[in-house]
Amino acid sequence: MKFYILAAAAAYFVVTSAGAQQLAPSPTLDAIKARGHIECGVHLGLPGFSYANDKGEWTGLDVDYCRSLAAAVLGDATKVKYTPTSVQQRWPVLQSGQVDVLARNTTITFSRNASLGVDFQGINFYEGQTFVVRTKAKVTAVKDLADSTICVAAGSTEEKTAADWFRERDLKVTIINFQKNDDAISAYDQGRCDAYTAGIGALAGQRIKFKDPSEHQILSEIISNDPQGPNTRWGDERWQLVVRWVLNAQIAAEAFGITSKNVDEMKAKSPNGEVRRILGVEGKFGDMMGLSNDWAYNIVKQVGNYGESYERTVGMDSPLKLPRGRNQLWTKGGLLFTPSFQ
Amino acid sequence: MKFLRDRKVRDVLWQVAASLLMIALIVFFVRNASQNMVKAGIASGFRFLWRDSGIEVPFNITGYKPSDTILALLWTGVANTLLVSAASIVLATVIGFGVGLLRLSHNWLLSTLAGCYVEFVRNIPLLFFVLFWYFGVLAALPAPRESYSLFDLVFLNRRGLSIPTPGVLHDFGWAALMTGLLVALQAIVARWARRRQARTGRDFPTWPVGFLLCGALPILAFIAAGTQTPWDVPTLRGFNYRGGFILVPEFVALFAALSTYTAGFIAEAVRGGVLSVRQGQIDAARALGLGQGRIIRLVVIPQAMPVIIPPLTSQYLNILKNSSFGAAIAYPEIVAIFMGSALVATGQAIEIIAITLAIYLVLSVAVSIFMNWYNARHRLVTR
Repeated sequence: MKFYILAAAAAYFVVTSAGAQQLAPSPTLDAIKARGHIECGVHLGLPGFSYANDKGEWTGLDVDYCRSLAAAVLGDATKVKYTPTSVQQRWPVLQSGQVDVLARNTTITFSRNASLGVDFQGINFYEGQTFVVRTKAKVTAVKDLADSTICVAAGSTEEKTAADWFRERDLKVTIINFQKNDDAISAYDQGRCDAYTAGIGALAGQRIKFKDPSEHQILSEIISNDPQGPNTRWGDERWQLVVRWVLNAQIAAEAFGITSKNVDEMKAKSPNGEVRRILGVEGKFGDMMGLSNDWAYNIVKQVGNYGESYERTVGMDSPLKLPRGRNQLWTKGGLLFTPSFQ
Repeated sequence: MKFLRDRKVRDVLWQVAASLLMIALIVFFVRNASQNMVKAGIASGFRFLWRDSGIEVPFNITGYKPSDTILALLWTGVANTLLVSAASIVLATVIGFGVGLLRLSHNWLLSTLAGCYVEFVRNIPLLFFVLFWYFGVLAALPAPRESYSLFDLVFLNRRGLSIPTPGVLHDFGWAALMTGLLVALQAIVARWARRRQARTGRDFPTWPVGFLLCGALPILAFIAAGTQTPWDVPTLRGFNYRGGFILVPEFVALFAALSTYTAGFIAEAVRGGVLSVRQGQIDAARALGLGQGRIIRLVVIPQAMPVIIPPLTSQYLNILKNSSFGAAIAYPEIVAIFMGSALVATGQAIEIIAITLAIYLVLSVAVSIFMNWYNARHRLVTR
């Protein structure tokens, strides 16, 4: 008996001294490291957010999040496998463990959080719902859409928000639910509906799918605030920690002025404590999550900070030309902030 | 232990044991799934059916409103599935019989055209058909402001076919009564005509005479009721026509796709059935001096039916199941609104898919039972 206790104690010391810190088990993280890539659930095809070009290369704001995750966990932003999901497919794909994380323009809602077994780990885009209409219909405000027919993707938050908005104002509209966004868009384009509704960011990208984009106009009035971000299934808290802090690192990097261009210089010279901890110069934050200490360095070096990613995918350097608006840092009048790296 | 030697008892015991094992397996899987779901934080159970749905259904015949429960939404989906299936079954049967008989025609052009139709339809995926009809229908129709209209009462545009509806249904009570009377009188006339034919061998034009005798009554009653009741006439308000009943293009497209597609298969079943009737029967009928139409109606079809009905049944079941293609074009049938909208809204995939499966199973079994009963009743009495 004594021997076993001694042996157990010896084993404990060996294990604890080998690793710097005893970590909670994370089956997801272990599986990712074993298979060598991250399984990321994205949108079927939404320019600016997750969109595959004709060579099969994915780009977009949500795609950049997946790449950041790969850079942090595996040290290589290219080690991502994308699973395009429809509005209906996204939850089963996440719940069943087919993807490690869902970064797919998905709005955080109470009932999703409470009954689907999923957790939202932060906000990477504040979306607001609006409508696209034909220019010749002469609609200027959403209430002008009374008695109209509206195409929408079934099961989206937009379906419910639009129904609630018009019912609250006692205006009658006909809402036609399509299984996929693209089906709803093409039905609208064919003239089945007077309007198609989606988030203003999504619409900016989807507009290019119309036969003649110049015939359509996106209303500037916004009827909702839909915060969107990456989500994970319940359980495996250490993986949730990684998902949450990778997003925080993207935003913090922008807040501290760390960009893909100056990251090496910042790492070598910055006297700021938080910058030094983010970039792994001190604090060994990577170890605490079970990642290498240059996890955040890899994100900024390979993908860039949140602002760089935003401008490249949906902002002024992209065809979408969305202003930062609410998706600006809180210090500059937006809503983005990150908890402290302490 | 003596009773175990009885073979019958042993057989029963084996079957009981096998059934118990089956049930135990099902219970095990259900329990396992529900435990795992609780662990993963996913809601389970059937209480969601009584929650408010909040889902808009643009086309329903059940009077459903978004403030109703998910159970009401399910019923609306079932009703829409049944509506499009029933309508398609009728039209597919009519087209199928027509094409099947035409294919056997001695007219080269007609039989070749019918043959081409069958080959074309059978070798194209149904989804293509559904989308073709949907976008074809949409592209062919004008925008609401340029609607085709009939006497400013009926309007046809990309939003559908708007028809006026009577404000008060009770006004049509008399008209319904008159229709019933017409049917009863017609039955009496037909009975008398049949007896007379059996007695004297002489023919009697039952249908025209019946209509002449009492056809005017219900028509007059309908006209009278129509002028009495306040009609809900569609009017252009803002973007669209409001009021009356709107037959949506999704319904028309799905109905047309299912009918034309399945008609191709039914035509082949009909052709097979007709070919199974021996030539001697037709020659004999001709020798009796029957015309072509009567030979088909009285001699060929009754003998072909027992051969046609089994494949016809499976085509009807196909229509019922293929109505789920409506989901591709936003026709609000059970798959689109229950397995689509309601599933995403509640996230209870296992329960919803199980309910949908059960409904399709019940409907299909009901159709099969009816068709088997029909076949048994109409089977030729062989001596």
